[in-house]
Formats: sequence, C-alpha cells, structure tokens
Amino acid sequence: MSLRTPLSRAKGLGSAKDGVHHWWIERLTAVALVPLYIWFVWGLISHAGADYETVAAWIGSPVTAVLLVLLLAVTFHHAQLGMQVVYEDYIHTEWLKLTSIVLTKFIAYVLAAAGIFAVLRVAFGG
Amino acid sequence: MQTDKRPLSPHLQIYKLGWTGIPSILHRMTGVALTLGSVLLVYWLAAIASGPEAYATAQAIFGSIIGQIILFGFTFALYYHLCNGIRHLIWDAGYGLKIETVLRSARVVAIASVVLTVLTWLLVFIVGGA
Ligand code: HEM
Repeated sequence: MSLRTPLSRAKGLGSAKDGVHHWWIERLTAVALVPLYIWFVWGLISHAGADYETVAAWIGSPVTAVLLVLLLAVTFHHAQLGMQVVYEDYIHTEWLKLTSIVLTKFIAYVLAAAGIFAVLRVAFGG
Repeated sequence: MQTDKRPLSPHLQIYKLGWTGIPSILHRMTGVALTLGSVLLVYWLAAIASGPEAYATAQAIFGSIIGQIILFGFTFALYYHLCNGIRHLIWDAGYGLKIETVLRSARVVAIASVVLTVLTWLLVFIVGGA
C-alpha cells in the first residue's frame, strides 16, 4: 500500500519537490564547464611566467572577462549543487544537514560575487 | 514487510573497490577538493584586481614548493573530474553502460587525466621558461 496521493505520484517529484530540476541543472552546468575549463587552462598555460601587466590585460580583455564571469557563475552553481548531494548522503542529522547545505550555498554565492567583481574591476580598471 | 535483506549501498570499509568503485569515490573527492580549491581562484583574481603588489604576493605563494604541489594536485583533480564528468554525462545520455565499456572508460579516464596533468605542467615550464 502506498501512502502517496495519486496527484503526488503523477507529479513524480518526491519529498524534495525539485529533485529532477536539481539533477538537470547539475548536468547542464557540467556540460558548460567542459569548454570553459579547457579554454581557461589553455589561457593559464599561455600566460605562464607573464608579468602583472600582461596577465591583467588578458583577464580584463572583453572576451576573457565575459567568459570568466560565466565560468565563475557556473562553477559555483555546480559546486553548490554537488556539495548538497554529498551532504545529503553523509549527514543524517536533519538540522546539521540543512545548516551545512545553506551555509555552503551562501559561501558559494559570496565567492562567485567576489570573483565576478574582481574580474569586472580589472576589465573596467577601477 | 521484511526489511533486513534490502540491498545496502557500498560500505567503504568492507566493500572491495575496483575499477567501478574507485572512479566513483574519486569523482566525489575531486569535486569536493575543487570546491575548496575554487577559493584560490577567487583569491588569485582578487589579487590581480588589487594591483601589482598583491599579485606579487599571490605569485610568491603559488610559486613556493608547497604552492606548486597544491596546484599540481588541483590540476589532476580538475582533469580527473572533467574527464570522468564527461563519462558521467555519456552515461546519463544512455550510452556506455555495458560493464566492459564501463571498465574500459574508467581506465581511459585515469590515463587521460595523468597524461593531461603532466602535459600541462610541461607546457607551463616551457612557456614560463622556469
Ligand atoms: C570541468 C568540468 C566539470 C564537469 C564535466 C563536471 C561534471 C560533474 C558531474 C557529471 C557530476 C555529477 C556526478 C554524479 O552523477 O554523481 C559532478 C558532481 C560534482 N562536481 Fe563537477 N564537473 C566539472 C567541474 C567541477 C568543478 C570546477 C567543481 C568545483 C568547483 C565541481 C564540483 C562538483 C561536486 C562537489 C560534485 C558532487 C560530487 C558527488 O556528488 O559525488 N565540478 N560534476
């Protein structure tokens, strides 16, 4: 016997309400990160040993700045969703699990904002 | 209802890990490591935004022996997570799920991430002239 209502079964969302959405965004961000990181690592390699002016000019150039803003936003979104799954698997004390998830999300958004601000500051020379 | 014969998820202390279990746990470990490491990326960008002195400090930290070892570790973590992530995405699309293919792709990912890590650092030393 199932205790779920027919409507709940039809929606198929389970207790977390957004399980499919979470799963899908984790994959969507993963797909985006593949080209972004190949591009970024290539950029880092080609600027190995470069002086401050050269590196700052690279980071602040329009294409690099735009791609780096994307890389930061997508990275922290992906990381925060991924860490949530890890906590859900290992932490079985409800308040501790919730606190870890919420704290991680807040820290991730602060880091993303700080990174994006730094890139824009280099780009606009503030 | 009988509840004591339900399947258990792999228990790390008693489960024999092989070419299926180790990649799975490595994907998770590299994901967590990269999450911690992303703080360094933000620090590096903030140092560039702050000016030449802050950047010189950051470069001195990353250029130290410990800094280089940590960056080497992150390079491997990134490549492993990236390559194995592609493997996950291919599974999610419904391909490569036969057991021989799973075992073969696990080896391809391991070899590819070691080769890419070494190649990256060779290029860094060649380009950087260190
Ligand atoms: C570079 C390209 C990347 C790809 C292709 C990728 C792919 C993936 C995929 C497919 C998953 C889900 C794994 C599963 O089904 O269990 C995942 C999980 C995860 N990723 Fe990534 N990822 C990438 C970069 C990153 C980065 C840069 C970070 C951190 C800053 C990160 C952190 C995580 C975390 C914490 C998880 C959760 C691990 C788990 O549940 O075991 N990933 N990644």
